[in-house]
Amino acid sequence: MDFLLAERVSKHFAGVKALTDVTVGFRKGEVHALLGENGAGKSTLMKIFAGVQPPTSGKLYLDGREVQFGGTADAIRQGICLIYQELSIAPHMTVAENIFMGQNIGSYGLVNRRLMNERAQAILDELGAPFSPKTLAGDLSLAEQQQIEIARALSRHSRVLIMDEPTASLSDKEIQQLFLVVQRLKRQGILIIFISHRLDEVLQIADRASVLRDGAYIGTLEEGEIDQNRIVSMMVGRDLGDYFMHESSGDVQPGYFAVNNLGDGHFVRDVSFSVGRGEILGIAGLVGAGRSEMARLIFGVDRRRQGTITLAGNDITINNPRDAIRNRIGFVPEDRKGQGLFLEMASADNIAMNVLPEISSLGYLSGKSTSNYSQRFIQSMSIRVATPRTNASSLSGGNQQKLLLARWISIRPNVLILDEPTRGVDVGSKSEIYQLIGHLSKDGVAVIFISSELPEVIGMAQRILVMRNGGIVTEIRDKADMTEERILSYASGVTKADYQPELTMQTATT
Amino acid sequence: MTQLKRIFLSRTLGILPVLLLLFVVLSLVESRIYSSNNIITIFRNASMNMVMAAGMTMVIITGGIDLSVGSILAVAAVVGLSVSRGEYAYMSMPVALLIGIAAGFANGVLVAVIGLPPFIATLGTMTSLRGAAYLLANNGQTIVNAKLSYSWLGNDSFLGIPYLIIVALAIILAAHFLLKRTTFGLRVFAVGGNMQAAKLTGIKVRSTLIAVYTICGLLCGVVAIMLSSRLQSANGMMGQTYEMDAIAAAVLGGTSMSGGLGSVVGTMFGALMIAVLNNALTIMGISSFWQMVAKGLVIVIAVTLDVVRNRMQSSK
Repeated sequence: MDFLLAERVSKHFAGVKALTDVTVGFRKGEVHALLGENGAGKSTLMKIFAGVQPPTSGKLYLDGREVQFGGTADAIRQGICLIYQELSIAPHMTVAENIFMGQNIGSYGLVNRRLMNERAQAILDELGAPFSPKTLAGDLSLAEQQQIEIARALSRHSRVLIMDEPTASLSDKEIQQLFLVVQRLKRQGILIIFISHRLDEVLQIADRASVLRDGAYIGTLEEGEIDQNRIVSMMVGRDLGDYFMHESSGDVQPGYFAVNNLGDGHFVRDVSFSVGRGEILGIAGLVGAGRSEMARLIFGVDRRRQGTITLAGNDITINNPRDAIRNRIGFVPEDRKGQGLFLEMASADNIAMNVLPEISSLGYLSGKSTSNYSQRFIQSMSIRVATPRTNASSLSGGNQQKLLLARWISIRPNVLILDEPTRGVDVGSKSEIYQLIGHLSKDGVAVIFISSELPEVIGMAQRILVMRNGGIVTEIRDKADMTEERILSYASGVTKADYQPELTMQTATT
Repeated sequence: MTQLKRIFLSRTLGILPVLLLLFVVLSLVESRIYSSNNIITIFRNASMNMVMAAGMTMVIITGGIDLSVGSILAVAAVVGLSVSRGEYAYMSMPVALLIGIAAGFANGVLVAVIGLPPFIATLGTMTSLRGAAYLLANNGQTIVNAKLSYSWLGNDSFLGIPYLIIVALAIILAAHFLLKRTTFGLRVFAVGGNMQAAKLTGIKVRSTLIAVYTICGLLCGVVAIMLSSRLQSANGMMGQTYEMDAIAAAVLGGTSMSGGLGSVVGTMFGALMIAVLNNALTIMGISSFWQMVAKGLVIVIAVTLDVVRNRMQSSK
């Protein structure tokens, strides 16, 4: 009955139990969400299914027969394919070449390019992919590159497709495209195992959902049983109460930080808004709407071509991140690993990077200075590290994100720009990060909170600006008006822009 | 036991047991290797590579590479020695150091300001400076100064320890302190580990890079003085392939070619390892061609060990 079954599977790494006695089954032609906080054992289980590593004990069954995999190539041969979050696409090769990478199309070691393109086209048609097999993979969007990976799996006649957080870097529109593809695959009888942190997606796409916690199997929700609260309590093992609960400042001073007619000369244009002291301002919009670009402009990463910035009524000049930091403006970028962390450096060094002059004397750092300095952040923010010297790379996503927050809290920020601060972070840490942001706003920090997760923006923000095409299209001031439908209809352009910056600017001056 | 295991698993000190093992095995094969005199010889032979590789290590930690070190050395040595024969002989050392600084600074500007890939930028300076060294040495002559005022540096000892070794160890210590105990050092690792993130934390990435290449150039000037004081002469061929020994020492010592990771103490052991091998094979009367073959193999094997070690760690 179960097409793919793990029976009492355990996996130990040097004494650490990553999986204990997990028994879980998956059916043919279903979309099965696999859920759990970071470290719950999802990835380990997936890697066992995909032949990346063998289980320490336990058995695997595929289509009723017991199977063992002698490596990824073997698992692929037997019909199981894992698509990682980090795509493996060669950007300088064509779509067809990427799809058939590692397979021979043609004879005598020669490539039959015509046949390759034909076959690639057939698979792309099956997926409903709009691009040609002759396009260079690097010219495609992330979502399209992902479709190449799926096509690659199909070209190998995969019967089980495992996708590790496939939506993490896609826009809402692209996610819907992906889901269409997933539905098609499902109709062909392919089993899709889907790992995600975004519960709204799970609700939308999954037929069934299984939850792991601390390496153990917790349970499976059948179709119709899946609901957000149930999943969350299974994942964390307790009720989270109000997930987004946070303190907020009762004393917001409007107009504290304002940008006027900000622009980069080609995409971001005429952005004007203000944030109050102690306010959490949400910035919503689809991926590519210019939110991150705007944040980078404010912080001085990219060249500003127009506009002025004021802080507490004074004009300030920000030409580079150093200027921003001098004005005590902090910025947590969206790409934690690519733009934020120093993965091979100690957690303490990561936290202290912005205050080195304060904790050193004449450039000298004693062996313990960054560790001692970071200790209080590690404690107060409950960052789970073995020691302050532990490399940032070995922390979970949530704790890595807290390192970055600590780095900026250490400059005692006036303004804090958070770009997707909970992306790829498990549910428990998310809730902690929300509380932390609440604390900061209560302490009088002006928080600019950029997020693609609408429930999160709605849950956190006191006021929301929606962006589209490099500009602000509307402002939602009333909590009651903050609905996903409303935000989406502005973000997607269904409702016309009606943003009047004068409104905010006026409150700024009064 | 756990302490031993920790040393073996440590990326930068992991070379130490391998070095000791190599030394013990070679000593068993050829007893002349294990004598206090010969050990001093090994250190002295390693001393110049240590200094050069210390600078190279810093450059590699930033994610770059400096192929021009040998050529900088040659120019600095040739000009330094020429000056030592003239009226302003006392300027010989400062001039050599200044040339090193200037050349390193130029590399830094090419990489950090103009934005050339370090491999290409320093390939260019390597070639041009090599030509310049021959030209400055009166079109490829050897410049000799038998009365060089600082020839003691290359040939004398203090309490039985050659000055060359003292200089090299002092520089290793200073470089280690700079990297591990100063804000500058932390920023060097930050720039090499994640340049994007470094920019976003307000680190002056360009200045940091220029400083690192300049330090590397300065150390080439130091080696120029060490080498010309030992030889009491200089010519355009000096320091050829030194960049390879310096890179090898850094890599053997656990410095990652992709940047962000490394230690000059590891590099010191790496330089010693190369010196032990050269020394032992020479004593055993093995031809220098076979020495090259052996050196290459040892580098590959040592780095293989490192890869294995990383796998052991990551599968924990």
